[in-house]
Amino acid sequence: MNRLWRDLTNGLVRENPTFRLVLGLCPTLAVTTAAENGFWMGMAVIFVLTFSNVFISALRKIIPGKIRIPCFIVVIATFVTIVDLVMHAYLPEMYNILGIFIPLIVVNCIIMARAEAFASKNPVLNAAADGVGMGLGFTIAVMLIGAIRELLGTGNIVVMGTALFGAGGLGFDPAIVMILPPGAFITLGLLLGLLNSVQQRSLRQRG
Amino acid sequence: MNFVAILIGGILVNNFIFSRFLGLCPFVGISKRVETATGMSMAVVFVMAVASAVTWAVQRFLLVPYGLEYLQTVSFILVIAALVQFVEMVMLKTSPGLYQALGIYLPLITTNCAVLGVALLSVRSNYTFVEAVVNGIAGALGWSLATVLFAGIRERWEITPIPKPLEGFPIALVSTGLMAIAFFGFQGLFKSLFVK
Repeated sequence: MNRLWRDLTNGLVRENPTFRLVLGLCPTLAVTTAAENGFWMGMAVIFVLTFSNVFISALRKIIPGKIRIPCFIVVIATFVTIVDLVMHAYLPEMYNILGIFIPLIVVNCIIMARAEAFASKNPVLNAAADGVGMGLGFTIAVMLIGAIRELLGTGNIVVMGTALFGAGGLGFDPAIVMILPPGAFITLGLLLGLLNSVQQRSLRQRG
Repeated sequence: MNFVAILIGGILVNNFIFSRFLGLCPFVGISKRVETATGMSMAVVFVMAVASAVTWAVQRFLLVPYGLEYLQTVSFILVIAALVQFVEMVMLKTSPGLYQALGIYLPLITTNCAVLGVALLSVRSNYTFVEAVVNGIAGALGWSLATVLFAGIRERWEITPIPKPLEGFPIALVSTGLMAIAFFGFQGLFKSLFVK
């Protein structure tokens, strides 16, 4: 039980896929123009990551070592197709916003990395915990980046059609560059720098 | 005219790195030196051109006639993986010199989301065969331009004092952001040339 809990929380902070392992940069930058987009991308990744982890873990003794990568890709692509079809049917607007980044979850390094480094070596329950944890870690990261970019770029954060800070926003001139592509790079770069600096400071204080 | 628009659009305006966010992992991974960046770029241009052609044919002659569009993601990624493997074997037999130069980059390309990305973009834009191939080449050239330029900037870091917390990924992302702002200038060029 203890071990399961550790696998679950591993992806949240200690090995957060975005902030600590810096994996899966493309969707992290591309879909974070708003917090809500980040949320749905995160949900899609949690689903794919959890189920592909479970299946790869269950099949880990059957899959021959030499062709494991193509096998992983087929398993992952199956779940990506499910997400793709479900989103197309029930969330058509979000499906259009996320665009090709839904099918591109197939080549997301986070999922491949967890399949190779964790699911193919651990029992099913642990693999499921790892998938949920890593997926949540990714979701929190993309929502945070999305919220920062949306707030600075539009002056407000919109959740389910309602603006969090009222119709007028926070009353500053929004910097449009933040919701354009350059803003994505700069936001994530400075955020990573900030986390490094916090970590280095706490290490210095401790030691 | 259309091909010129796709080519210039793909290289400068909708650059894969700076505005479409495709292929970022290898962009950061292999751009430590200009030489490796150039080698990888040649491999990417080649694979993306061939992959665009093959996936177009798969979509047109297999998936659409049999109503199997939902298998698009699975079939495209498998075709690309097989293709890269095949290219590697052909290269090893026919031109060992080229294989020596590009060989180590080829396996990395399968997981390059730019290759799958360009195939999906061509399908979604309803491109013809030639347009799809031009789109693949344009995307790859744009990616290459960004990567080689970035490698040039990166070589300078070794003699530049960088604040400790920003070393590595953070400074790479901020530099890329600044390059993306510079590339934004091309948006206007495109409008004045092609949108009348």
